[in-house]
Order: sequence, then C-alpha cells, then structure tokens
Amino acid sequence: MRVNFTVNGRQQEADDVWEGESLLYVLRERMGLPGSKNACEQGECGSCTVRLDGVPVCACLVAAGQVEGREVTTVEGLADYAKHRESAHPGGGCASGTCGTSLQDAQQWKAQGTDSQTGEGTTLSPIQQAFIDAGAVQCGFCTPGLLIAADEMLERNPQPTDADIREALSGNLCRCTGYEKILDAVRLAAARQDRQGLQEGAV
Amino acid sequence: MGSTRTTGVPTKLTQGSKTKGGIGESTLRPDGTLKVTGEFAYSSDMWHEDMLWGQTLRSTVAHAEIVSIDVSKALAMDGVYAVMTYDDLPAEMKNYGLEIQDTPVLAHGKVRHHGEPVALVAADHPETARRAAAKIVVEYKELPLITDEASATAPDAVLVHEGRTDSHMSHVPHPNIVHRQPIIRGNAAEAAKKADVIVKGEYTFGMQDQAFLGPESGLAVPAEDGGVDLYVATQWLHSDLEQIAPVLGLPEEKVRMTLSGVGGAFGGREDISMQIHACLLALRTGKPVKIVYNRFESFFGHVHRHPAKLTYEHGATKDGKLTHMKCRIVLDGGAYASASPAVVGNASSLSVGPYVIDDVEIEAIALYTNNPPCGAMRGFGAVQACFAYEAQMDKLAAKLGMDPVELRQLNAMEQGTLLPTGQVVDSPAPVAEILRRVKSRPLPPERQWESSEGADVRQLPGGLSNTTHGEGVVRGVGYAVGIKNVGFSEGFDDYSTAKVRMEVINGEPVATVHTAMAEVGQGGVTVHAQIARTELGVNQVTIHPADTQVGSAGSSSASRQTYVTGGAVKNSCELVREKVLEIGRRKFGSYHPAWATAELLLEGGKVVTDGGEVLADLVDVLEDESVEIEAEWRHRPTEPFDLKTGQGNGHVQYSFAAHRAVVEVDTELGLVKVIELAVAQDVGKALNPLSVLGQIQGGTTQGLGVAVMEEIIVDPKTAKVKNPSFTDYLIPTILDTPTIPVDVLELADEHAPYGLRGIGEAPTLSSTPAVLAAIRNATGLELNKTPVRPEHLTGT
Repeated sequence: MRVNFTVNGRQQEADDVWEGESLLYVLRERMGLPGSKNACEQGECGSCTVRLDGVPVCACLVAAGQVEGREVTTVEGLADYAKHRESAHPGGGCASGTCGTSLQDAQQWKAQGTDSQTGEGTTLSPIQQAFIDAGAVQCGFCTPGLLIAADEMLERNPQPTDADIREALSGNLCRCTGYEKILDAVRLAAARQDRQGLQEGAV
Repeated sequence: MGSTRTTGVPTKLTQGSKTKGGIGESTLRPDGTLKVTGEFAYSSDMWHEDMLWGQTLRSTVAHAEIVSIDVSKALAMDGVYAVMTYDDLPAEMKNYGLEIQDTPVLAHGKVRHHGEPVALVAADHPETARRAAAKIVVEYKELPLITDEASATAPDAVLVHEGRTDSHMSHVPHPNIVHRQPIIRGNAAEAAKKADVIVKGEYTFGMQDQAFLGPESGLAVPAEDGGVDLYVATQWLHSDLEQIAPVLGLPEEKVRMTLSGVGGAFGGREDISMQIHACLLALRTGKPVKIVYNRFESFFGHVHRHPAKLTYEHGATKDGKLTHMKCRIVLDGGAYASASPAVVGNASSLSVGPYVIDDVEIEAIALYTNNPPCGAMRGFGAVQACFAYEAQMDKLAAKLGMDPVELRQLNAMEQGTLLPTGQVVDSPAPVAEILRRVKSRPLPPERQWESSEGADVRQLPGGLSNTTHGEGVVRGVGYAVGIKNVGFSEGFDDYSTAKVRMEVINGEPVATVHTAMAEVGQGGVTVHAQIARTELGVNQVTIHPADTQVGSAGSSSASRQTYVTGGAVKNSCELVREKVLEIGRRKFGSYHPAWATAELLLEGGKVVTDGGEVLADLVDVLEDESVEIEAEWRHRPTEPFDLKTGQGNGHVQYSFAAHRAVVEVDTELGLVKVIELAVAQDVGKALNPLSVLGQIQGGTTQGLGVAVMEEIIVDPKTAKVKNPSFTDYLIPTILDTPTIPVDVLELADEHAPYGLRGIGEAPTLSSTPAVLAAIRNATGLELNKTPVRPEHLTGT
C-alpha cells in the first residue's frame, strides 16, 4: 500500500508498504530516519517514541497505515520543531508543515560505519543540549525517545517537579545511566527555559 | 614508525603541563551531538544498496538430537536468497568460543539449549526472512535434561559435551563441570574452634540479563577480494575476528571489522552473536546482509549472568573478629563454556569479600547444563559472591549484637592485607572509610509521601497503582560493600594498542588517536581525547573510528578500558612527545640552551620549559612532518591460580564501593520502594568526573534491578526461557530508581596510569546486597534469594 503523511514538517510518501509494517519500520527503513530506535517492539522501552499529531506514541505500536494524512515528529526534527515552537508557534504544534528537515536532507542521510563526523555546528533544541551538558547520554540508544518524551512534557509543564519528570519519563527505559543524569538534564532544560522566559519577559 | 614499550609503571603522573580539556575535567562526549540528533549510526541503523535481511532459526527445545531439517519450503519462497544449515558451513572449523571452542556456529546433529541457532535465512524483507525461517521443518528427538548440579553430576548423567579436550578437563571432577577453582589457606577447621559464634547460610542468585537497549545487529558486506567487511556492535573487535575468520575459512586480513554504534553492552557483547551468521550469508549470496535481533531473540542471542547457589559459613569471636570462612559457589554455566572458567576464578578468589580472614576453605565450580549459556556480565562472578558474603555479615552482626557497619569496619581489608590467594593488596583499599562515608550521610526524611493535599502516591510503594496511602509501610536501612578485580586476571596477557599521530592541520597542531577500543557508551572516546590533550598539549584531538586496522585494545569489560587502553594512549602519546621534542632539538636546539638542559613539556600548542618559558610553536617544530607511533602497553603481569590451593598473584588491581540502601516496604502487598541508594567509591583518579558518576549510578541501578525485579526464569522441567521480553523481564524504570548520591574518593594507585582505578563494575556488586539488607531490616525476614518478589515478603 501507499502511505502519505508528514514527517518533521515535510510531506512524505511511502510506497510498497506491507500491511504489517509499523510506523517505526517505515521511518527507519523507508524514510532514511533511523533516529527512532527499535529496542523491544512491544511498547515497553520507549526508544521509538515519536509525536503523532503532537502526542507521544511508541512508533513500534503504530501500524504504518494508521498515520495516513497525519503528522509525525521524530528526533531528527526535534531541534527544528522546538525552534519553530519558540518562534512561530509558542506553546507547540507544527501544523504549518514548514518546521522540519528537508526531504532531501532526510533521505540523503544514510548510516555508514562510524565516521569522524562530530556533528559540530548543529543547532540543538534546549532539551538536546541539556542531555549533552548534564551527562545524560551514555550509549545513547534510549536518548531519542527520551528527548521526544521530555520535550513534550516541558511543553505541557515548563516547571516540573522531580515526581512529574519521573512520571512523564516512566515509559522510557535506560540501562546505562541510572536516570540521575537524565533527571539533571530535564531540570537543566527547564531552568534554562525559565531563565530565557524571564529575560524575554524583561525586554 | 612502530615501536613497543611494555612498561606498566608510569614514571610520573602527567608531563606536568596544563591543557584545557585534559584529564580531570568533565569534558563532554565527542559523540554527544550525533546521539541527541538521531544521527549516530548504531549497528542496527546500517543500510546498504541491495541489502538482504538475515534471520536465525533457533531451537524450540533445550536438549535434543536433530533427526532431520527440511529447508525446501523456505527456499521456495519468493524473496528468499539463501537458507543455510550446518552442512553449508564452508570451513573445517565449525565452532567458536571465547576460551573453549565448544559453541557450534549452527547446530550439528544436536541442540544443547533452548534458542540455539539451527539455520539461517537471507531474504529481501525482514518479515519474509522470518516467515521463511518459520517454514523450516526441524524434527527433534528430545534427550534427558541436565538442569542443576544434581542432574549434572548424577552417576548416569548425560554428558552435555562428549569427548572434551579443553585444558580444564584434566582437573574437573566431572565432565559436566566446566572448571573448578578451590582456594585453601590456613586451617579453617582449626580456626573454627576459636569462634564464639558461627553463621551459615545458603543463597540463590537469579539469572540476570544485560538488557542493553540496542539489540545485537550488524551488516556484512562481501568484498571483491573474496573477504568480507563487517560493521558490528561488539565489546572486543579482535577477539571476534579470531573466532570469525576460521569458521569462514578466511585469513584474518580478509575479515575487516569496523565498530558501529553500540547500544550498551555490560558483558553481553563479549561473545559472538550474529557476526558469523551475517558473514556466512553475505559470502553465500554475494550481497550485503544485515541481521538485527528483536528483543525476544536478543534474550537468546547472548549469554547471561550466571545464576548461582552459594553456601557460606563464617565464624567470629565475641568481639567481632572473623575467625574463618568456608564457602562453596556453584555457578550454572549453561550449555556452552563462554567465559565460565574466568567467572569461576573471580567468584573463588573474591569470595571472601573485602575482609581479612586468614583461614579459608573455598570452592567454586561452573556447570555445563542445558540451561541458557552464561558468561560475562558487569561484576563477573564477584556479584554473586558479594550478595552472599554481605548477607552473612549482617547475620553475624545480628548474632553478635553488633552494628553491621562496625563489624565490617573491624574486619575490613586495607593496603597490605594478604588475600586468600596469598596476594598482597598493594594499593589503597579504603573499605572502612567508604563504609563510614555512606553511614554518616543524613538519612532521607521519613514519610515523604505526606503532603497537605494527602498522600502523594508516587512516593509510595505501588506508586500510581494507588495501593497504599502509607498503611502497612515500614522503612529499612541496609549496608553493603564489595571488592572487584580490575583488568583480566590469572596470567592473561592483558594489553592494549594505541596509534597516535601528531601533525599540523590548517595551521594548528592536531593529534589523532586510533585504537580498537569498543566505545559501548562508557565514554572511552571522551577520555582518550583528554589524555591526548594532557600529554601532547594540543587542543584538537580526532578520535579515529575503532577497527581492526590497528592492534587489539582488548575488551571493553573488566573495568579495564580506561586503565589499559587509556594507558596505551598515554604511552603512545609519551612516545610521540619524545619524538616531537627530538625534532625540535634538531631544528632549534642551537638557538636556546634550554633545549638541551631543561625538562621540556608540550603545552598550549607549544614546547615550553618546566619553568614556563616558550621555546617553539609546535606548528614550527612539525611543519609538514607528522609523527605517528603505534605501540602496545600492558599492565603488570598476573599469574594463574594454583589449581589445588588457589594460591597466586592472580589480580592486578581492585575496586571498592559501598552502598547504603533506604527502602520502604508495603508489608501487606509485598511491594518495595527504594528511597535512596547512596554510594561511596574509591576511583583512584577521576579522569572525567561526570562520566565517573554515570558509571557509578548506572552500575548501582543494575544491582538494584537484581535485588527487586530482574530474573530470567528458566522452567526447571523443560529448561526453556519463560520471559524473553521487556514485558516479562523487568528492568528498573525511572520510577523504580531512587536518588543515588555519590561520594567519590581519589586515592591514587601508584601502579596505574594517573593513579586511576577501574570503576565500572564495583557499584554493581554492593548495590544488590544493600537493598536486600534494607528489606530484611524493614521486614525481619531472612530473604536468601534474588530477586525479592512480593510473595517472599507476604508469605503468600
């Protein structure tokens, strides 16, 4: 079957999709967007968390056909999504269809053997930067899903308590960090967001 | 320009200069940006034009003869390019293994455990490959099961492996025992007479899974020269290579391996998983083949932590001095040897814990059974022992009426202590001090769930299930401390290789570090860049991808990589520095006497004297010359343990951590909430303090998992795994994990690079027994098994 949907703000079309394929498979294997990870395929680990019409979902549990005509945001589009939210759409949402990575960029990216690319100069969203700064990334396999979930929570709840953070991220497993640095990262992103808000308010 | 220096003792800690981003700073990961943008290429993200998908058919029974295999229906399917069984293997060598080559690449006439690979399929879509594999008909004739020590050593026991010829066969009491390591020192029977109290216990440690999040995966690309390029997630490229090349019938230089992104390891990638299978299919079809396990298959695709039964006896005088210890540790190695012999050596030699006991009788064995194969996991034999000896310490303290921490401190080992193996602990061993630190930390406030708006159930056992508002909830506090060896032991030639190049690029001196170290998430790449900055005084460091084009780095395990590959990077940098200074002397020596007389350092991109005078810019010293040195580096040699007495200088370094656990238990429902897990650990020298915390907190959490939730359940009647999924095998979520305050000590080990101590594993040891001790403290129950389940607490 053919599936038409929006990924990171760009209209996408996937052909020859087998009915049993998940959104996760289509993103990873047909769209060239392997940032969303497959770690359990049962909706237990949250590594494949993406936003479907703004709502965080496990992409492994969404049949590809279900996304027809809908809008998906993945970790690859998170920085632009957050940037766009801050400027044109304060409070979230990405309905304009102009806030994602370009189709060409998305499709050009192909995973090769590890290279020396460091990603320097890339623009990051506050939650992405906070994950790096706080030491919340070790092996990094859980990171994309956690970023999407944490970003969505901060959108709803810009000043979360620790209990709020734990509740919001309880569907995302991490095996490396013991979660302490992930909590630090979310606290840091919230504090920076708060400070930025204060500064903007003062202008 | 290769040269080799094999010293293990640093002449001094650093060259003495200060460069930003050097050791001791919490510099950020070089792969951080790629990892947060989704662009970091994990092994499961590999993609190649014309790529096929590989699928493994695994046995549905644990022990059986294979009567027949019919692949015709699978081969006939559209989209299927190849089906392979044992008969299709190309080389004489058909087995692999870390130490003992007892593991068939594909089952040969027999399967020995549930989930053993029997056949392979390559197809153009992963679902086609799965369906084709399901169409392969395998007829099994089941054999009697070996599932525990009694069935393994029964007079008429079936042998899991007939005709063993490995080096352990001559000293094991039964062919179903992989390895046995006794340690006898002093006279435990005689010393027991001095004991005023004796405590005995039997403990059971469940089978733990590494549960790394990135499943086994990789891509094999056939090459024009008849060889293969393999992109894979592993812990040790060169060990894989030694096992892969012979079964492919290829020389090692035709199997070129590159490390791709690794989604965690924790010991579970020390053994071969899909590496050989992907190469076989790629060479057979002439097309690139990708294999990615799903979570279900991952539970069968790697070895687990050995489940163990441990029997201990400790004695003490009435003032708390330990008199003797006897123990017997039975590890279930499962169907194949994997790392079992080394796990036995660790369990045996560390079974006494971080305590001074002169008279001991120790025996550790690993069994061959038809259970899932077990091997390396973080803590490696020391974890199981720590769980048992720490329970014993609490029992002993209770019987003596002593404080459990004081009893431990009274008997704590220190620098100079003689281990039961006769080896002297020759670096700081602050066991009493780390216990003091966790104990002196203020306790978290009681009844934190109470608020003006009623109970916040998120703070309570059962959480949002809303099972209690505080009724039936009691608090407990428990302590534990452990000892882990660092690096490979028992005479293993444990070395690493680093190639370091220095050159001028765009008018700036740049160092490139090339090793085969597997970055599995631990942050080795961060530390290597820090070392190069410190030793070479440059700002720019490039970390070359890890591959087999450089010498072996050894495994990313045994808490060894910062010590050994870090040591190799330091050593190669020092050699490069000498060479650079030589060039400088040649070019500029006549301009300034300090070139000949002063101690010279590289700092801020310049050659400076130890007095701080700048002699030359590195750009001018090097010009268009580059200096490159590849060298091996080894730590001090170790010795094997005597097979009868266990005596020998078997280990090179030790790592110590202590935990205090605070738990709240709903005694009516048997639900446990861990409130806080405080740690104190000596790290020698924190090369990257942020990464150190990450290791300690992560290791602590894996220990917490074993304490209250993690166990692979193997049906004793069928030897089949009952819970191979994240729905049924639980690992701690952010809600299950408490705050983990960490107290880091830095007492230098003068034998190690920068005085550092391997840190990755120690926190996994004491975390589990501390939580168990806290639950016992809360409930008064004995609790001799991991994990503690609700029914153990409610007696239902």
